[in-house]
Amino acid sequence: MSRYVLKRLLLMIPTMLFVVILVFTINYFSEGDPVSDILGPEATQAQIDAKREELGLNDPYHEQLFRYIKGIVTEFDFGISYKTGKNVIDEVLDRFPTTLLLTLCSMGIAVVVGITLGVISAVKQYSVFDYIATFLSLVGVSIPSFWLGLMLMLVFAVNLGWLPASGFYGPSYWILPSVAIATIPISTITRTTRSAMLEVIRQDYMRTARAKGLGEGAVILRHGLKNTLIPVITVIGIQLGRTLAGSIVVENIFSVPGLGSLIVNAIYARNYPIIQGAILFCALTFCLINLMVDILYAYIDPRIKSQYVRPKARKRAPAEAAAGAGKEG
Amino acid sequence: MEQMKPKKRRGTVWRRLKKSKTAMLGLGIIAVIVFMAVFADLVAPYPYDIPDATAIFQYPSWEHIMGTDDFGRDIFSRVIYGARVSLVIALMSVTISIACGVTLGVTAAYFGGSYETVIMRLLDGFMAIPSLLLAISISSALGNGQLQTAIAIAISNIPTFARVSRASVITVKETEYVEAARSIGARNGRIILKHILPNALSPIFVQATLSIVNAILTIAMLSFIGLGIEPPTPEWGSMLSLGRAYIRDFWPIVTFPGVMIMVTVISFNMLGDGLRDALDPRLKQ
Repeated sequence: MSRYVLKRLLLMIPTMLFVVILVFTINYFSEGDPVSDILGPEATQAQIDAKREELGLNDPYHEQLFRYIKGIVTEFDFGISYKTGKNVIDEVLDRFPTTLLLTLCSMGIAVVVGITLGVISAVKQYSVFDYIATFLSLVGVSIPSFWLGLMLMLVFAVNLGWLPASGFYGPSYWILPSVAIATIPISTITRTTRSAMLEVIRQDYMRTARAKGLGEGAVILRHGLKNTLIPVITVIGIQLGRTLAGSIVVENIFSVPGLGSLIVNAIYARNYPIIQGAILFCALTFCLINLMVDILYAYIDPRIKSQYVRPKARKRAPAEAAAGAGKEG
Repeated sequence: MEQMKPKKRRGTVWRRLKKSKTAMLGLGIIAVIVFMAVFADLVAPYPYDIPDATAIFQYPSWEHIMGTDDFGRDIFSRVIYGARVSLVIALMSVTISIACGVTLGVTAAYFGGSYETVIMRLLDGFMAIPSLLLAISISSALGNGQLQTAIAIAISNIPTFARVSRASVITVKETEYVEAARSIGARNGRIILKHILPNALSPIFVQATLSIVNAILTIAMLSFIGLGIEPPTPEWGSMLSLGRAYIRDFWPIVTFPGVMIMVTVISFNMLGDGLRDALDPRLKQ
């Protein structure tokens, strides 16, 4: 298993290198001049030229790219923010915990609500509850999260005054943005859990579990839910990555000081080092989430785990099991 | 496996699709939205861009069924013209994505070998960046405008189409009728276009409807954060962005454009679900 993880981590190196080149290239060919934005409209041409020289923006594309990659590889240096003069990685790491907290709150809500709705929908297929849950998940997957954020703000902050409209100072501030971001993952998890559960529910082992005299709750949770986890975890992994990206706009609406607002403000200011650094950081997090999901499969499903066991160990395992059984006997 | 003639297959799919009430409802709503978008000049009661200082911030009434905005412009008329903008960009982006993604996916699956490895590894690199983030990044580089926005969204969707078409072609290319075409000396281009592609289209169609949904949401999101389409062009996301400043005092300005996005996306989702079930009834739950 550790070899598999190591192999996956090594495979991430060329992928991340490609991402670095891609993001750098996109920003290199961007419209507009960041130096004019940094110095303001009153700067003279001489000042602009001097600043361009200082930032290395007059160098050819390949030299700038090589310098950027070398900085990341040798010193973990993603450049300096044009606006604040601080290290990009410091600015990104300052903002990341807020985005991570928001993402985890949203995913927490999505997992609990989505799995519960999906299981009940499947167990009570074609009931009123099932139709309502199916309809709500269709609506949920179709609502733009930023518009839902505005509507939640309008109702719960502006009209009812129950929750704060903006900022990120404590749990009461987390609720509205988390719910806005969680809606799409809730719908997707509900749909996936429902369809996976419908397949499992008709299996022979479910009937056997009932025949043994187990209660319906235990049958559903211990035998049903456990066997639906593979597709559900796949969806949770995909949604976790998307939620991280989707929080960009919602953070902006609720003035949450996370990565999203950092990226949006950097786009307005043409602060390319911040845009590049933040996107690379998100891409790295996205890749690591995918890796974690794949590792999680192995712990849930022994059939998948056996694929990662080396042939020798695989041969040894049954022999050891037999020896163990002999000793017990 | 018996190969069904394309015409016969289309008939079967349409018959199955017609049985799904939700899919037909979705199709009906899409038809209405497309009609409004195409004939916006006739349907919209007011021009979308002419301010009226005497009608600022009016609540919904018979005269202005969705009210008026901060310049006194009729919100309903702007929402209708917004449908045109959103649908045109969404269709443009999906067309570009299909053209590039399917070409890459089909050729990768058909030719295989190191060509396939290179293409798929490059696409893995693209997929390492969440598609919304990639669209934001490309859109900020290309600047505002309909074509620029369509290209930004298209590029972020290419890997998905390439993967879907590759997976579909891999199963089709091993079939006997493809083998037969090859044995009678058919060229690669003819085999791909005549025998493989028509039989690998189902998942690409389904992906196309999902991508239109994704594109409509992404266009709105990009315009909302100041990328994508700039005011005064009536785009749903930019209308929401402008209305955001008045959320405390005037609710219609942030409500109706969002409702329109939601209704459009729900309709495409209903049609997409129905189409998926009609093309592959085994997936139906």
